[in-house]
Amino acid sequence: MSTTVDALAAVGTATPDRRRRLVGRAGRRLLGAVGVLWAAATVTFLLQALMPGDRARLIINQTAGTMTSPTAEQRAAVNATYHLDDSLFSQYLHYIGGLAHGDLGTSYFQHQEVTKIIGDQIGATIVLTLVSLVLAWAIALTVTVLAAGRDNVFSRLASGFQIVSAAVPQYWVGTILLVVFSIQLGIFPVESGSGISGLVLPAITLALPVAGFLGQVSQDEFTRLLDQPFVTSSRTRGASDLGVRIRHVLRHAALPGVTLSGWALGFLFSGAVIVETVFARPGIGGVLVGAATSRDIPLVTGIVIVSAAVYVVANLLVDVAYTIIDPRLKDA
Amino acid sequence: MSTANPSFDEAPGRSRGHRLSVARAYLRSVPIGVQLATVVLIVFLIAAIAPGLLQTHDAYRTDLLSGLKAPSGSHLFGTDQSGRDVFSRVVAGTRQSLQIGLGATGVALVIGLLLGVAAGLGGRWTDGTVSRFIDVLFSFPTLFLALLLVSIFGAGITTTIVAVGVGTSPGYARMVRGQFITVRRAGYVEAARAVGHTRSRIVRQHIFPNAIRPLVAIFTLGVGQSIAFASGLAYLGLGVAPPSPEWGALLDAGRQYVTEAWWLELMPGAAIVLFALSVTVVGRHVQERLEGNVKVEDA
Repeated sequence: MSTTVDALAAVGTATPDRRRRLVGRAGRRLLGAVGVLWAAATVTFLLQALMPGDRARLIINQTAGTMTSPTAEQRAAVNATYHLDDSLFSQYLHYIGGLAHGDLGTSYFQHQEVTKIIGDQIGATIVLTLVSLVLAWAIALTVTVLAAGRDNVFSRLASGFQIVSAAVPQYWVGTILLVVFSIQLGIFPVESGSGISGLVLPAITLALPVAGFLGQVSQDEFTRLLDQPFVTSSRTRGASDLGVRIRHVLRHAALPGVTLSGWALGFLFSGAVIVETVFARPGIGGVLVGAATSRDIPLVTGIVIVSAAVYVVANLLVDVAYTIIDPRLKDA
Repeated sequence: MSTANPSFDEAPGRSRGHRLSVARAYLRSVPIGVQLATVVLIVFLIAAIAPGLLQTHDAYRTDLLSGLKAPSGSHLFGTDQSGRDVFSRVVAGTRQSLQIGLGATGVALVIGLLLGVAAGLGGRWTDGTVSRFIDVLFSFPTLFLALLLVSIFGAGITTTIVAVGVGTSPGYARMVRGQFITVRRAGYVEAARAVGHTRSRIVRQHIFPNAIRPLVAIFTLGVGQSIAFASGLAYLGLGVAPPSPEWGALLDAGRQYVTEAWWLELMPGAAIVLFALSVTVVGRHVQERLEGNVKVEDA
């Protein structure tokens, strides 16, 4: 904790020169983030422009629910609504212009603003994602403290767990938990709804692979740190093994994991789609799967861009957190 | 090295008995887990090439009277809602699942190589541009990129292969780039340059072979991952569709019966997990051997 306080104090007392460098650094990062988002939107736009077939016909057929042969007027009306007859470049300008105003377009089939559809459902997904991230960290750090640099039951279990968690698909783990704890034992609800008890199994399912990965990274760093002079010095002053591990080594060992948390958030956010499907949980997952099935391009691209934004913002926050935790990086 | 890691061509003209003992010594140096995983992979290979050898029932014959039966001696993995034998269906789906896994990894590797080599061997400007592009691809979660492609091109086998391939390609691209940059800076490349070899010869003889070698293991690891991803798409109803016995399609078909017949989900899933795990174990072993840090316990 004192590191954080020191770091904040250092920011407060920074010389004007140093402060200018900090602001410049933050500005560059922010600009980079906007650039990545713009490029992501452009890639998405170009990809969806590759869609084969007559899109107006697809929209009419999907709305009607049968194969129809739409008249020229019907098609013209749909084309006008979604600007499908404009040149690709003018569609692009329209699309990027909309994005800049936070407008992700209109769903082909739900006839609603994409931002509204996403806004209605994203809350549940964000809750699940954040709870899973916290859980993943809790598991990873516990295992690290107990297993790193030792050859005991924990360390053998941990290394087995890390290999398995990387290879096991989440829908499978989720289904096992669902069958055992909801269907057979009846401890948790089968359809998880939005209550707290419905959050337990989905969060565990989502957190496990990330916990395995974070655990592996922190454990490697932890083992390396155990040989450092500051560990020996606190041992010679009579600190207990567990005390040294928790109070001194853990803080340093967590650093590489913090860097990866941005990646982890993106991974969890997308993994939530599968987990929500397994547990019939409300959230962005059901919307995305439905949209991909009906080929509702604006809704799918909207969700994809929001997820790219989640990833970019998460990495930006990690950057900030990192300089606070490790003040040595501030001058870099 | 030669005693720890003997190979067959080290003993030309020796007796057959000697070669056999060399083979045995090599086998002993392979950890038991890797040996097991290899056996599992061979069984999967048999299932893909000659499914008839393993099947206990006709994978497509329905028997409505014995629908949704739990696993037992006569139906190892139970039966589905139409009374089809799940074990035989899993065996029948092996070939297509492996084809999808191999195809998707192939697509990913081609894209990854093109981007990675361009960035790793190109000048500062090319590297900068391509690396930024890889960063952008990374900002899309793999699954979402795949789902985007599925909604653009419609679900199906080809889309699954392309979608999983494109989705997993940024990871390969970054790896290939790093590999080429490391090798490019190696001492032997500098030496070759000092001796006066042409750039194309250096790339062909020194950089390429050394940069590519570790990727062999990565490819092995990737096939397992691709199958898991492809089955995930199918699980969501956006991959290969039932009634195909492809593993993901089996999962998709069984999803609505999960409360009454857990085996419809868990058994095909177990096949995927077993395959992915075996591939990972063997792949890691191959990786260690190629990198040269071989751990030999009892040879």
